[in-house]
Amino acid sequence: MTNKSAKEIQARIRLDAVRDAAGKRKAKYRHIVRVCNTGCRSRRSSMIVDALHDAVLARGIEKEVLIQPTGCHGFCEFGPVMVVEPQGFFYGKVTAADVPEIVSETLIDGNPVKRLLWTDPDSGREVLLERDIPFYHRQQKLVSRKCGSIDPTSIEDYLAEGGYRALEKALFEMRPQEVIEQVESSGLRGRGGGGFPVGRKWRSCRQAEGLVKYVIANGDEGDPGAFMDRCLMEGDPHSILEGMIIGAYAIGAHEGFLYVRDEYPLAVEHLSIAIGQAEQHGLLGEEILGSQFNFTVSINRGAGAFVCGESTALMNSLEGKMGEPRAKYIHTVESGLWGRPSNLNNVETWANVPLIINEGPQWFRDIGTNGSKGTKIFSVVGKVNNPGLVEVPMGTTLREIIFDIGGGITPGSQFKAVQTGGPSGGCLPASRLDMSVDFDLLSDAGSMMGSGGMIVMDERTCMVDLARYYIGFLISESCGKCVPCREGLAQMNEILTGICKGQAHEQDIDTLQELALFMRDASLCGLGQTAPNPVLSTLRYFRSEYEACASASVGRTRCG
Amino acid sequence: MTAEQLARTERILEKFGSRGEAMLIAILQEVQKEEHYLPKEILESISRKMDIPMTRIYAIATFYKSFSLKPKGRHQIKVCTGTACHIKGAAKNRDEIMRRLGISDGEVTADRNFSVETVNCLGTCALAPVIVVDDQYYDGITPAKIKRTLEHYSEDHDE
Repeated sequence: MTNKSAKEIQARIRLDAVRDAAGKRKAKYRHIVRVCNTGCRSRRSSMIVDALHDAVLARGIEKEVLIQPTGCHGFCEFGPVMVVEPQGFFYGKVTAADVPEIVSETLIDGNPVKRLLWTDPDSGREVLLERDIPFYHRQQKLVSRKCGSIDPTSIEDYLAEGGYRALEKALFEMRPQEVIEQVESSGLRGRGGGGFPVGRKWRSCRQAEGLVKYVIANGDEGDPGAFMDRCLMEGDPHSILEGMIIGAYAIGAHEGFLYVRDEYPLAVEHLSIAIGQAEQHGLLGEEILGSQFNFTVSINRGAGAFVCGESTALMNSLEGKMGEPRAKYIHTVESGLWGRPSNLNNVETWANVPLIINEGPQWFRDIGTNGSKGTKIFSVVGKVNNPGLVEVPMGTTLREIIFDIGGGITPGSQFKAVQTGGPSGGCLPASRLDMSVDFDLLSDAGSMMGSGGMIVMDERTCMVDLARYYIGFLISESCGKCVPCREGLAQMNEILTGICKGQAHEQDIDTLQELALFMRDASLCGLGQTAPNPVLSTLRYFRSEYEACASASVGRTRCG
Repeated sequence: MTAEQLARTERILEKFGSRGEAMLIAILQEVQKEEHYLPKEILESISRKMDIPMTRIYAIATFYKSFSLKPKGRHQIKVCTGTACHIKGAAKNRDEIMRRLGISDGEVTADRNFSVETVNCLGTCALAPVIVVDDQYYDGITPAKIKRTLEHYSEDHDE
């Protein structure tokens, strides 16, 4: 630990002054109107923001009202959503046409616009506040807590909420090894799918030989049905940056890369803004906050390849090459990007780091299950009443997530299965609904945590067709480098298509199983090794559907 | 290659060129953004100026899905085929769009007004099934909504 230098003291005083000024600036307004303008943007929320500006100007109250675009609230079903402070009225399905009424009723007269409130389907009563909606009751928003409250394009907002305090603590009160010890003892596991202990990875990278080391954030969220990383990158980009800077300090890296999916232009925009602001405030660059530590971050956009979510393929892509995975016996913490020690974590993992440093590892360990600590963000979508993003402690049951939070299955349908973990995961049947969700239990059940996508299906989805869907997806995403993955997927697809069309051969189901097990053992990277999971898990829980399709005659199967 | 295309390419190379081959993907992304596809002549000029063999450029251009070697339509329709969209009828919507336009996946209509492609999950799963026309999202898509949406962009073309 270094003695407090004058530079450091000045830098921290400046940062506190920004925090203070941001808080005071907000306190000047009588009303704050928060409009989700990331997730809800696909439902034209930008027009609501524009209409609000026009309307408050027309009524001459523009000095009293702060219009604040925010990130995702998670309750996407009800979007576009809006919160009006100080009362906290929570409006949904808002359109630009509703704005004049919101301004006159709520901002001027102080009354709620009842028709925009959420109505409880059971009691028929309107609910005024966001926190009183059952969707939020069992959630514990920690990592995503700022997404719906701060303006993601404003570092002042982030600072005012205590942002970058964890970085100050790490830089000035902890040695790098202590940071690693805290992350290790928190029990944090990688949120991108593998669930590898984060602290252990950091320690290996710190100990690896080499003067130049890299940290990388994986924002290549490719699992279909998952969009929690999108929510974080768009809604709270500074939390990811803060995590990366702390990680780089701990590991001894001076250069970082954020690899973001091409399909997420708004995430790229918000992260770029965040990097620029962090540089301006001395949080990135040379001598961060007056310390001896230097670190820069740049953004690389993906170009549409699912396999690039795999860490070594991602590193190839960062080098400007095709995103083909590398052999696994070479560890990236020793020889990764450009052959140098590289530490890659998913963006949600990075966003957990400031929390652990601020609150301490014991606090983090108290949340979750024995083997899986902390919370996890899930995207609960498909045939549920409240599709959206939810953050719950590890160990919450599937039933709580799907029924209590997700609001149950769409009217007229029945729960059949939930698919977790994307194309590498599996399908779980109703008999598993009371299972607690954590890394190990999901794997034991034949599925996996993956990045946290949960797709809920009703009786109308044929499980053989779903397996064929995933295999079809993986065929086009397999890089083709190793034979088991490239050829195994093609053969599985042929067999599955035959079964779906009612042209099955006698041995087909056994052959599928055999192929699947072989691919799992012999493929080069995680994509190929986990590719058979959709087939294996549906065979395990829904074998009768395969048999029904296989014994049906041509054109008489459910899935055609 | 037109003079404008040449100038645009020069600008892109100036921005990234000095940082070498690692920037190849970023360079092609800029070209794709400007031209809406990767014209052969531009790729050849990048190959000469950066001293990168065409085989490597083609390897990148064909490996990554966001690149197209064929021109796209004035309006680009993306049909999301993520899992949530899949179980909510993405395939029906895809077939309906292609039937109405008379083209298949990755093709352009004869009048160059539309091109259509199926894409991986767009991360708007709560709004499934989703299509995107240019940068505009359309959620909860049904065959009836497709008719209206296509008509909207066809009128736009007539004006």
